[in-house]
Amino acid sequence: MKIRLENVVKTFETFRAVRDVSLEIESGELVALLGPSGSGKTTILRMVAGLEYADGGHIYFGDQDATDIPVRDRGVGFVFQHYALFPHMTVAENIAFGMKVSKVKREKAAIEARVVELLRLVRLEGLGDRFPAQISGGQRQRVALARALSVDPKVLLLDEPFGALDANVRHDLRRWLREIHRELGITTIFVTHDQEEALDLADRVVILKDGHIVQQGTAEDVCRNPQSAFVMKFLGDANVLAAEVRDGKAYASGAAIDVSGMADGKAELYARPADLDWSAQGPGIPASITRVLDRPDGRRVLATTETGEQLEFDVEPERPVKAGEGGFVTLRRAKVFAL
Amino acid sequence: MRRNVLPGLRLSLGVTLFYVGLIVVLPLAALVFKAASLGPEDYWRIVSSSRALASYRVTVLSALGATIFNLFFGLALAWVLTRYRFPGWRIVDAMVDLPFALPTAVAGIALTALFTTNGWFGSILADFGIKVAYTPLGIMIAMCFTSLPFIVRTVQPVLEDLDPALEEAAQSLGGSDWEIFRKVILPLLTPALLAGVSLSFARSLGEFGAIIFIAGNQPMSTEITALLVFIRLEEYDYQAAAAIASVLLIAAFVMLALTNWMQSRALRYTVRG
Repeated sequence: MKIRLENVVKTFETFRAVRDVSLEIESGELVALLGPSGSGKTTILRMVAGLEYADGGHIYFGDQDATDIPVRDRGVGFVFQHYALFPHMTVAENIAFGMKVSKVKREKAAIEARVVELLRLVRLEGLGDRFPAQISGGQRQRVALARALSVDPKVLLLDEPFGALDANVRHDLRRWLREIHRELGITTIFVTHDQEEALDLADRVVILKDGHIVQQGTAEDVCRNPQSAFVMKFLGDANVLAAEVRDGKAYASGAAIDVSGMADGKAELYARPADLDWSAQGPGIPASITRVLDRPDGRRVLATTETGEQLEFDVEPERPVKAGEGGFVTLRRAKVFAL
Repeated sequence: MRRNVLPGLRLSLGVTLFYVGLIVVLPLAALVFKAASLGPEDYWRIVSSSRALASYRVTVLSALGATIFNLFFGLALAWVLTRYRFPGWRIVDAMVDLPFALPTAVAGIALTALFTTNGWFGSILADFGIKVAYTPLGIMIAMCFTSLPFIVRTVQPVLEDLDPALEEAAQSLGGSDWEIFRKVILPLLTPALLAGVSLSFARSLGEFGAIIFIAGNQPMSTEITALLVFIRLEEYDYQAAAAIASVLLIAAFVMLALTNWMQSRALRYTVRG
């Protein structure tokens, strides 16, 4: 089912949570709404679900205007951040709930067969008789997904689906959700504040800030071509250096980078930790190492430039760097944004 | 005994056991002892006398009626107080506790004045041929009044803690308001409702002050068990008073055990394993 948001607006009391958001989601697409807290991402998801009504604008499901259709008739599957499983029902009863209350009457045997099928899909065979309190967080999340899928929704909506889970469980579930999506081909929107999750999982990432969309595209698009300092900073660690643009070149602390086409003036230079390197001899930005953090895949170096700016970058595990050492930071690549 | 990081076990356990023993167990033991000093035959004669039986009937039936009424009304009141904010909310919320704060005799006198045939309510009801004061209906109303807060105050916190996402989830799955109430909310409120019901019923069984003014206290029809105990005491027939009181005690115990058992059944799902 194709979904289209047209100039959607939502205000809570005096807080404008969503300001004039327009968005199209293709049938079968897996889209991430990514943004910091208060960016309006969850509100948008809840408006698509019908758990919140839009103050202005329209939401279309296919060609149908769904803006005023209540949630129970909208045909969406919603997975809540803290699962919202019914604690007094077993796993199987939770999954069967939607089919039992449905206006479409089903045979008891048909419901049971569907529950077994869904339990197999989410790989929880044999746990149907447990209560939610008796299973792990990751298992609960999968029950919540099976329950949402039980009513054959047109759209699957997930609110911070892995937010409350351990890092390694999160990693597995992420891969698994991707598989399920490929298997079922259902239009899916999920909300997250974790950029890694959004980039790993989604066909398209929609980045939000203060209630509007600041950039959207594939993971490659948004990573390679961030169009604002906000997106650059939000997608990952970034070093910031004050810079000055003159005649198509940006100058920062002794480094120069080509920015042809940019107007002259004050700017900021952004570089990922992997975009910087360290050498004992110049040329480069003179700096001294203040700390070295050892990590499984390399060494993170914290350095201070002569002008007092803090830099962070990674070097290979074998590199013998240590605190107090002086040298030069070289720049492999960087993004420059005018101030 | 296992070592415990929380300090003060011995002292606090000692103090509380002493207190429970002195204030609760000792009087009850005295009651049982006094009742037991009658022979089995005398005991049976007293507790099964037709006047006593009539008093059990009116007490238990009125308490049952009052509790059922409060079950619905108390749930509705708790629902309104947790779900909505309206002008005067604070006042209504505070008024729920009034039956706790008010001396029960004051409540009894006020209710009697309202419900006698020339009182504000009584005169209207009399037009419909309904008599409240000096009938079992009056007893029920007095019991309702004094036991209402139990149900409201046990259900209210549970209702407040209910995750709104549960209802939203049920809605997104297509459940109607009634289905959501019956299949999701009500089962989760059941343990609290049972706790409220058992407290409310126990309170109604033992209520005295509020009832004796409105009941009329006619032996065989509107005389409650607690009053019969009181009458026996006034006649210095301590043994008979203790015997009848022991029946009330047993009834209260059976009721508490029953609701505890029902509660543990309703809470099966919280067991981890």
